[in-house]
Amino acid sequence: MKDTDIKRLLYAHLLCIFSIILSIFIPSVFLENFSILETHLMWLCICSVFVTAVNLVLYLVVKPNISSKRNSLSHKVTRILKCCIYFLMSCFSFHVIFVLYGAPLIELVLETFSFAVLLSTFTTVPCLCLLGPNIKAWLRVFSRNGVTSIWENSLQITTISSFVGAWLGAFPIPLDWERPWQVWPISCTLGATFGYVAGLVISPLWIYWNRKQLTYKNN
Amino acid sequence: MNSLSCPRMQKISVLLFLAWVCFLFYAGIALFTSGFLLTRLELTNHSSCQEPPGPGFLPWGNQGKPGACWMASRFSRVVLVLIDALRFDFAQPQYSKVPGEPPVSLPFLGKLRSLQRILEIQPHHARLYRSQVDPPTTTMQRLKALTTGSLPTFIDAGNNFASHAILEDNLIKQLTNAGRRVVFMGDDTWKDLFPGAFSKAFFFSSFNVRDLHTVDNGILEHLYPTMDSGEWDVLIAHFLGVDHCGHKHGPHHPEMAKKLSQMDQVIQGLVDRLENDTLLVVAGDHGMTMNGDHGGDSELEVSAALFLYSPTALFPSTPPEEPEVIPQVSLVPTLALLLGLPIPFGNIGEVIAELFSAGKDSQPHLSALAQASALHLNAQQVSRFLHTYSAATQDLQVKELHQLQNLFSKASADYQWLLQNSQGAEAALQTVIAELQQFLRGARAICIESWARFSLVRMAGGAALLAAACFLCLLASQWATSPSFHFRPLLLIPGAWGLGGAILYAGLLATTGLKLDPVVLGTMAATSSLLPFLWKAWAGWGSKRPIATLLPIPGPVLLLLLIRLAAFFSDSFVVAEARATPFLLGSLILLLVAQLHWEGQLLPPKLLTIPRLGSSSPTGPPRHSGAYALKLGVGLLLCTRLAGLFHRCPEETPACHSSPWLSPLASMVGGRAKNLWYGACVGALVTLLVAVRLWLGRYGNLKSPEPPVLFVRWGLPVMALGTAAYWALASGADEAPPRLRALVAGASVVLPRAVVALAASGLMLLLWRPVTVLVKAGASAPRTRIVLTPFSGPPTSQADLDYVVPQIYRHMQEEFRGRLERTKSQGPLTVAAYQLGSIYSAAMVTALTFLAFPLLLLHAERISLVFLLLFLQSFLLLHLLAAGIPITTPGPFTVPWQAVSAWALMATQTFYSTGHQPVFPAIHWHAAFVGFPEGHGSSTWLPALLVGANTFASHLLFSVGCPLLLLWPFLCESQGPRKRRQPPGSEAEARVRPEEEVEEPLMEMRLRDAPHHFNAALLQLGLKYLFVLGVQILACTLAASILRRHLMVWKVFAPKFIFEAIGFIVSSVGLLLGIALVMRVDGAVSSWFRKLVLAHQR
Repeated sequence: MKDTDIKRLLYAHLLCIFSIILSIFIPSVFLENFSILETHLMWLCICSVFVTAVNLVLYLVVKPNISSKRNSLSHKVTRILKCCIYFLMSCFSFHVIFVLYGAPLIELVLETFSFAVLLSTFTTVPCLCLLGPNIKAWLRVFSRNGVTSIWENSLQITTISSFVGAWLGAFPIPLDWERPWQVWPISCTLGATFGYVAGLVISPLWIYWNRKQLTYKNN
Repeated sequence: MNSLSCPRMQKISVLLFLAWVCFLFYAGIALFTSGFLLTRLELTNHSSCQEPPGPGFLPWGNQGKPGACWMASRFSRVVLVLIDALRFDFAQPQYSKVPGEPPVSLPFLGKLRSLQRILEIQPHHARLYRSQVDPPTTTMQRLKALTTGSLPTFIDAGNNFASHAILEDNLIKQLTNAGRRVVFMGDDTWKDLFPGAFSKAFFFSSFNVRDLHTVDNGILEHLYPTMDSGEWDVLIAHFLGVDHCGHKHGPHHPEMAKKLSQMDQVIQGLVDRLENDTLLVVAGDHGMTMNGDHGGDSELEVSAALFLYSPTALFPSTPPEEPEVIPQVSLVPTLALLLGLPIPFGNIGEVIAELFSAGKDSQPHLSALAQASALHLNAQQVSRFLHTYSAATQDLQVKELHQLQNLFSKASADYQWLLQNSQGAEAALQTVIAELQQFLRGARAICIESWARFSLVRMAGGAALLAAACFLCLLASQWATSPSFHFRPLLLIPGAWGLGGAILYAGLLATTGLKLDPVVLGTMAATSSLLPFLWKAWAGWGSKRPIATLLPIPGPVLLLLLIRLAAFFSDSFVVAEARATPFLLGSLILLLVAQLHWEGQLLPPKLLTIPRLGSSSPTGPPRHSGAYALKLGVGLLLCTRLAGLFHRCPEETPACHSSPWLSPLASMVGGRAKNLWYGACVGALVTLLVAVRLWLGRYGNLKSPEPPVLFVRWGLPVMALGTAAYWALASGADEAPPRLRALVAGASVVLPRAVVALAASGLMLLLWRPVTVLVKAGASAPRTRIVLTPFSGPPTSQADLDYVVPQIYRHMQEEFRGRLERTKSQGPLTVAAYQLGSIYSAAMVTALTFLAFPLLLLHAERISLVFLLLFLQSFLLLHLLAAGIPITTPGPFTVPWQAVSAWALMATQTFYSTGHQPVFPAIHWHAAFVGFPEGHGSSTWLPALLVGANTFASHLLFSVGCPLLLLWPFLCESQGPRKRRQPPGSEAEARVRPEEEVEEPLMEMRLRDAPHHFNAALLQLGLKYLFVLGVQILACTLAASILRRHLMVWKVFAPKFIFEAIGFIVSSVGLLLGIALVMRVDGAVSSWFRKLVLAHQR
């Protein structure tokens, strides 16, 4: 593991953070009355699109993944299709989990689903980019001593921090402060976003500080 | 092996130690309660005619006139109609917003038409007020306030079923002193409050809230005859029908319209009979919520109607558009002065000034003077009371009191000056009136503020004691895990010190001659018994142990626990706890699953170590398949969410809608839906029954011929049948044909009692013969002898017995297997399910089922679905937890913190999902009538027990079931080996020793093998559970003491503390019972083995 790798990681992550910041400011140029809280659904969609796009670009440019042996077109197409299906499935399963955690079942379905899409963007999309549609690899990365590169390590950190952020975001909801962001699912989406950004910031730093201890098994 | 380490002594010391820890907690709770829930000081002074409340001549100089006291009486007679729970909008006149269209139609709106008519036709004779009620809005507190003019405090809220005579000065006492004849009819609460005060009384029982008509019809039978007879001066009629209708059906039911129309007729009838010297007062004592409950302080509960009417003109002006808001206690001084009586000594109400304005034709100046004199008398009385009260206690804020006194003296001086210069302008009079009113309102405010005064020393002491007890639990649970753990010092030292402390305190009291306070005595004993332990902990601290050993709870669980505790400090979170607890529980469940995955226990290890080579066929199967744990987790989340559907909303969140499934089936109108629901409830019951039987059957415990097993086989279905029949009767009682009414009534008395009796006898049987084992040992005696011959010495010796038992067990298994093989040669070897392996948990599950049935009966029918979910959920959770707990033979055994925390969380969640809330109006009072449809007469403990069992059912079930947390991993052991039937590595071994089978799991017999560790584990389990519950109650006390001046303290924090405290007591008792049950089973197993050994040696 070289310092250049960590540098690349840091730049990639800064780009992701930048995309989130852009998703806050760019739409207000084009759209009337755009604000995160009032037109929250709109922001959710834009943020998801931006983050997905940046992730895809990064994947194509940086290529942290070892390219697969087969390179045929049909293989690529099935791979992309599989990725789409995985993404949709993760959106639906997140939705189900939110409902199981107490989100309203019938009301606010669109809001809940948008939140599921956003959380999938923060967690599933990087997984798909980095590991491909390979559940076993995912399970491996999210277990003790399972990571094999700094990219996977940072993926682990950002994903977990996104989840924790979304989880913490649920706590202000019952409080009686009567703020507009206390409404479901705004606090959770904001929490997930903050968690994701925090993960993006923390993971390169953490890897840098622990670079002596970190040894990856594969290469 | 000395006598102290014999298992029996160990068991007793474990139980006694736990009881001692419970005692510490109780002492802390009692001390805190005595400081937190203070009562107001009740003064016994009385006002009298001869002593005017202050200097200065009385208006009109009429002291000598007959019937006059502080003031000439305006009315010689009063009819007071008290309609329980007459909310303001029930009486409010309804006008259509758009002419031509009828006004909004709700069952409770616009039904009191006579009030509306009177207000329209005779505007100078009548007035409607919105009377502002002080919480708590329970009937007894309101009656106290309506007669004394004071503020009953919070602690009185608990006395609703055991009311006591009012000692303070009150209207009724003043009436009897003045020789007036008071006739009462209605609610028998008055009998307890004013024993012997009425010249004539017709009391009717108020307890049966399902009975809408008995009280009202009883009153109506006597009301008009009494009125016509003329043998009364004050007539009080307290109707309960509206309140009971609210409790039974809620205000939105057609029955409410009928009830209110009946009340309307009553009022009309009274108005027609009134004579000129009579005042009619129609008042509600409190309001009701949207559900028809009361007790709290929501807007709907604290606004009651107050209507005054006199056949002579009374008011100078016409009524305002929107009725005026007045405090409810204003009625007391007003009535007293109107009747020519002294105002009760402790009154803090303010007279309704416009009633004293001498009719509509009088001059404005005279009218204002009359008002001012009434207010002045009132102010003098309040000032006298404040003076006396502040002399008796130091409650009231000195500074504010001083300001008030200044205000009063100024107003009083102004008033005197105006009286002497009788040409005083009306404007000056109005200023005096405003000043007097300002003083009266200030006095009221200062009283309200200070009558929630706390004893900080006791509160801090109680909290400290609780904290120390929690600390003790934490440390002792760690000591219990160490292998060199001794039971002896646990008891003797604290016991001796505690006794010493108690004796010291008693001696101190004897020498100083003070009164013995049981709370302080208990505290002294608890504190002194804690001292040696604290000393030991301090000494241990000195040896510089790392902090990690002091805080053994794993990080994520600690975080969840801290979040849960922090939630007690926010009123929003206490209100939202019903939603927050499932959230935390779900988080903990997913955390457990994720942790299992993280530790690599869900995935084949090869997949993890050799990445990117994941072949589709894993070679080494994991201990538990990943899908299995994930399924358990998702199932648990699903159960939690489904149980959340049975949620009752707190009053504070108007946007939330309570589940309609919490009401009993009897309140449903639709026939088809009702039948479907009934079917679902019975289905839940049958499923529960079948599940328990299947579970017992699976582990083989259903084969035993022992009486408890027979009872499970035959008694349980009978219980289920009885419950189902009772539900059928209860839900359809109103539709029963008249011929069968008596039969239905009889059956609804007998059936619940029979079910409870069956459950009790089942529990008794279980305690008598807890060993549910099928004895087949005699089948091949020779082999048994061969196994048993190596022992020497008397078979009763403990060491030998410990040695013998596992061998007998293994031998019995072999034998049983041999027999099986003989019968079916290729049969699957499910001998792992030998009954001995699940003997403890079988007894626990049976006991829990026996407990659940009577508790289920106390709830509404549809809660049976929640009970089914509860059993399913705990089953899944136990499996999930067992997947993460390694079995450490031969001990020491541990129960991880996450297991105990999840269990406690689930108990709380079930409390909410059975339709409870920690506030008094939400208590399911109807539980008191299960099996006692006619009420209980004068007994109070039985209804309290029934209601308590309903409220704390989940606490009881989960705490009794707590030992399952220890037992379940051993039970799950039976699943592992069967899956590991053909492990590739063991093939070689099998070839070497072809005769020997894969060793069958010992399951719970592993616990028996190591009795010392077993007892230590039980102790540890108990301490951990007590710790988790104890920190909750500690957080509650801290929240209540830190936020004691919070707006919500009486509404949220104090009820939460009381519910937590009672819940803790119920849980701790349940825990002790559960552990005692396991020990009883253990003892019975020991004696069973002993008998077996003796039988074989013969």
